[in-house]
Amino acid sequence: METAQDLIVCEHCDTVYRREVLTRGQVACCVKCGAVLERHQWIGLDGQFALILAALIVFVIANATPIVSLGLSGMSSATTLWGAVIAMWNDDSQVVSVLTVMTLFFFPLSQILIFGWVLWFARDGRRAPGFARAMVALHYVKPWSMIEVFMLGVLVAVVKASTYFDVIPGAGIWSFAVLTVLITIFASHDPRELWNVTRETPA
Amino acid sequence: MSALPRADELGIVGCHVCRQVSQASDDPHARCPRCGAGLHRRKRDSLARTWALLIAALLLYLPANIFPIMRTQSLFTRDDNTILSGVVELWRAGSPDLAIIVFTASIVVPVLKFLVMGYLLISVQRSSEWGARQRAKLFRLVEVVGYWSMLDVFVVALLSALVHFKVLSRVEPLPGVIFFGLVVVLTMLSAMSFDPRLIWDNRDSDD
Repeated sequence: METAQDLIVCEHCDTVYRREVLTRGQVACCVKCGAVLERHQWIGLDGQFALILAALIVFVIANATPIVSLGLSGMSSATTLWGAVIAMWNDDSQVVSVLTVMTLFFFPLSQILIFGWVLWFARDGRRAPGFARAMVALHYVKPWSMIEVFMLGVLVAVVKASTYFDVIPGAGIWSFAVLTVLITIFASHDPRELWNVTRETPA
Repeated sequence: MSALPRADELGIVGCHVCRQVSQASDDPHARCPRCGAGLHRRKRDSLARTWALLIAALLLYLPANIFPIMRTQSLFTRDDNTILSGVVELWRAGSPDLAIIVFTASIVVPVLKFLVMGYLLISVQRSSEWGARQRAKLFRLVEVVGYWSMLDVFVVALLSALVHFKVLSRVEPLPGVIFFGLVVVLTMLSAMSFDPRLIWDNRDSDD
């Protein structure tokens, strides 16, 4: 009888498989329903930690710098992400304001911080304090982080505004673009793999 | 029994949070021995919850489309746009490519979600045997594209913050955008409550 470690259950149809070691570029798919079981994790833990660190730095820039500025006959107006949040709050759209803060600030930031925290310890094969709770949180936060959607939203807003105004891109727009790239790189990486590469540290 | 064993038949259960495989038990409060998340053979009350959230989203979808989402005001004009008229305007302004993207994110994706989720729920309730693999694929599609509907909400938020030129030009959010934001959240929650394993339960054949 195999141990539980060797088994993997398809999340979409409940079919049980024996885990295979994947090589670079390989993706294991469920033969019954076609869902992805597992992907080869092509970036090592150190690399992932470096990318998370980069994401944190870019995230700070993305939040602190203007995304775009508009010019209209000598006047100009710029906004950061927070400018948009405040504008929605003041214009009686508090619900949208909260949605924006959660999906573009709170959830992405917690994702970066929690993942960075567990990775820092995982690099030595250890489980961070609060590892289990962190991994559960990471699982629930993931679908609610919407940086890539916002990036597309910025582009649409820029095109709409450019009919009437001069549009000058700010540092923020580039930061969000870089964040989108970083998120895409991480998309093929399942943080749950950390359970298999770390061991409980003796107290 | 089919050639490929299912966890349910083997009396084991995979944790949906950390994927650890453990013994299934009848205890409704069973927890994963590894990560401590609740363990369920199938998501609890999946069909009822998915239906409830989907219907709630459908009800809010009406005001989201009827009410304008954004007001553009300049010296002499005032222009209220709904989701659909915003797409038309973008098309006329000479960006048909972006108009198609916005049309897809704001109109095609929500409608697709309502249709697909409704179809999946009904087919599971009738223990349909037909095209399980295709239905599984439809569900994954809905899961992947679902949150892109948030696009229009972010566009309105950005333009409201940017276009602030006193009396000359001003963009304001209107109630439609609130309803639309809630629709996106509710449809996402609805898709998350659905348990795709139900598609494969109660079946005799294994195609």
